Amino acid sequence: MSEEEPTGRQRLWAALRRPGSRGQITAAVLLAVVGFASVVQVRATEADDVYAGMRQEDMLQLLNSLAAASERTENQIAELEDTRSSLRNNTEARQAALEEARRKADVLGILAGTLPAVGPGVVVTVKDPQGAVGVDQLLNGVEELRDAGAEAIEVNDTVRVVAQTAFKDGDTGIVVGEQPLAPPYTIEAIGDPHTLTTGLNFHGGFVDLIEGEAVGGDVVIKQASTVEIASTREPESARYSEPVEDE
Amino acid sequence: MIAGLGLLVGIILGLILQPDVPLWLEPYLPIAVVAALDAVFGALRAFLDGIFDDKVFVISFISNVLIAALIVYLGDKLGVGGQLSTGVIVVLGIRIFSNVAAIRRHIFHA
Repeated sequence: MSEEEPTGRQRLWAALRRPGSRGQITAAVLLAVVGFASVVQVRATEADDVYAGMRQEDMLQLLNSLAAASERTENQIAELEDTRSSLRNNTEARQAALEEARRKADVLGILAGTLPAVGPGVVVTVKDPQGAVGVDQLLNGVEELRDAGAEAIEVNDTVRVVAQTAFKDGDTGIVVGEQPLAPPYTIEAIGDPHTLTTGLNFHGGFVDLIEGEAVGGDVVIKQASTVEIASTREPESARYSEPVEDE
Repeated sequence: MIAGLGLLVGIILGLILQPDVPLWLEPYLPIAVVAALDAVFGALRAFLDGIFDDKVFVISFISNVLIAALIVYLGDKLGVGGQLSTGVIVVLGIRIFSNVAAIRRHIFHA
């Protein structure tokens, strides 16, 4: 430990005690860089060292199991897609069936008189000044209309005429389906207006019968592009008949 | 003293900023850090020997880092990146050990 030549320990002490020289500042800058870079690298290593310590065989095994898992998942996806498409087909088929059923219900509802109907047709007004128009004549007219393809028939805006509707003679006029009616009678029918008119007008038919001398009535047939039939009837459930099941 | 403060400041900055290592730097940073550590220990030893020169320190620091990065880059290009990195680490490790041994002799006289 000679006086001219300080030992390393003394130099270190001296450097730590007095802040100073250009050399120290340079060293400070570079040490800051080293410290910064070390911390950053340590953090980066900690962030993704899950697989860093694994051996190659382990990683291969891991890779294989991952591949198998992804294959399984893909199979599952395919199965689920199949299921989805079959479900979609089912839904579509059901939708079509529903549509068909609805259409049928509409047709049958009009035929059975449970639904109000609208469409082109004729309005037949029968005047009966002598009170001589009876069931025979009116029934005849309804039959002619049906023959000409009438889809819905209504009398006097109140009674819907369907398959079960009965015509009877009453006190003041005729009784249609339990409903007593008085003249003049209005028969509204939906169908092809021209055909319906022809059906009523032919020689010896409904119009001739009413306007003949025996009855002395008056018939006015008006063709309309929209005839509204608003009255409906409650469907009666069949008490005796049952549908025959298909084999 | 200022040198010690500089190291502290660098570490604290790294902890506070928590920067992500850019992808292109990822393979080089570990080797560069080890090379810089080698330069730092070499400088400390030189300081204790009384032959410290800040110019030499700066140049050795920068050249160490650059050469380390260059070797890793070359190794990657040649397809022997892993082995070459290991080689560099081994050499730098040996140098760090010998430098630390010299520093220890200076400080503890043992």
